[in-house]
Amino acid sequence: MVRFIAKTTVGQKFWMSITGLFLIIFLAVHLTANLMIVFDDTGRLYNEVVHFMGTNLFIRIMEPILALGFLIHIILATILTLRNQGMRPEKYHVHKLGHTSAWASRNMFILGLTILAFLTLHIINFWVKLKFGGTGTVTIDGVEMENGYKMVSALFSMPIYSIIYIIAILGLGYHISHGFWSAFQTIGWSDDKWRKILTGCAYCYAIIIAVGFSIIPIYFLVK
Amino acid sequence: MKFTLKIWRQKDSRSKGKFETYQIDNIPSDASFLEMLDILNDELIRKGEEPVAFDHDCREGICGMCSLHINGRAHGPDEDVTTCQLFMRKFKDGETIWVEPWRAKGFPVIKDLIVDRSAFDKILQAGGYISVNTGNAPDANAIPIPKDDADVAMDAATCIGCGACVATCKNSSAMLFVAAKVSHLAHLPQGKIEATRRVKAMVDKMEELGFGSCTNTGSCEVECPKNISIAHIAKLNREFLKANLEA
Repeated sequence: MVRFIAKTTVGQKFWMSITGLFLIIFLAVHLTANLMIVFDDTGRLYNEVVHFMGTNLFIRIMEPILALGFLIHIILATILTLRNQGMRPEKYHVHKLGHTSAWASRNMFILGLTILAFLTLHIINFWVKLKFGGTGTVTIDGVEMENGYKMVSALFSMPIYSIIYIIAILGLGYHISHGFWSAFQTIGWSDDKWRKILTGCAYCYAIIIAVGFSIIPIYFLVK
Repeated sequence: MKFTLKIWRQKDSRSKGKFETYQIDNIPSDASFLEMLDILNDELIRKGEEPVAFDHDCREGICGMCSLHINGRAHGPDEDVTTCQLFMRKFKDGETIWVEPWRAKGFPVIKDLIVDRSAFDKILQAGGYISVNTGNAPDANAIPIPKDDADVAMDAATCIGCGACVATCKNSSAMLFVAAKVSHLAHLPQGKIEATRRVKAMVDKMEELGFGSCTNTGSCEVECPKNISIAHIAKLNREFLKANLEA
């Protein structure tokens, strides 16, 4: 088993897929929590969600596992991409791939880097602030909690931040449009029939994620 | 028809190659791509020049010997055919055509457009066979095989090992080739016996010989002259996972 994980690209790809699918599930939870912001103008609902996320035992346990998931996904992607770079020492003069494969499938690493760059910014702007204070507090039903709503509305009041956010989310959408079905293919759960279904699901999920997350900055821009 | 050809010329595996430009005229539209190269070579020989070296054998699309990356595509612009079955009518009159050898670490160039594809033989030698005696022709019906399995195995078995999948893949991955061989045998009772050992040995060999990993771009199945589906790659992944879980 250890050899399988460490030595073959097929094994590495297996763990890329498992972590990828885990991150896909995480995104659904993340989006659900985020969307609470548009349902309550006062920010009360969102702050309650933020407080729940910050105090719930299950979420607390999942947090380091999530970080590990990201880490494995990124490290393996780097190892595999670097290895693949050396597999065609002499390049083609003409190499047409435009109509034989999807753009996202050929640029997963670039899309991943875009997401990673945003993730770094995102962690600094949101997670660190929520975790270590700096957002100010608010008291709801006698419980003092971080004022996440204030922080979010302050960030999205800057159009440049909103634009960066939307671009990164579009990158994430593209990444998922390939990653979703590709992960099932790599763990072996696919055939000609299932691939069609999974590719359809991948595009749907990618659109849900891209549109869903983008709603929030757009909501603050038009508000 | 008239064409400008930009052909990769390379003296041997150690020399540095370069593109040479050739003008060719009076090519019948019904000539195959290889026949067009024959006409060119005929002219080159008459002029006392070195003819262009390229691989070919059956010229009827079943042996897997002809290769050639033409205008950026493995086996050229036509769908589901090998280079020998590609006809000049698929090109525009006066078109410039770029002709390159397969490019991959696992397929080093021997001369001009010929590459060494013995890596595929080595992968097959690692496990692409069955060791049991399957008997004579009447014995074929002794073991009933579900029609669906037989069909999938047959589809996989149509792989001619031409290497177009490796040639077109952005990672030079040989997964479609290996998957076709693994899936073909894993679908049949005669092949299942050695399935665990086979998939591990073939994957190990593939990686050792310098082929990239699979990103599931799907270019391979589009360029495959035999239309081998990437569903076989999922089957390979499944077999590989199973083999490693059993161990």
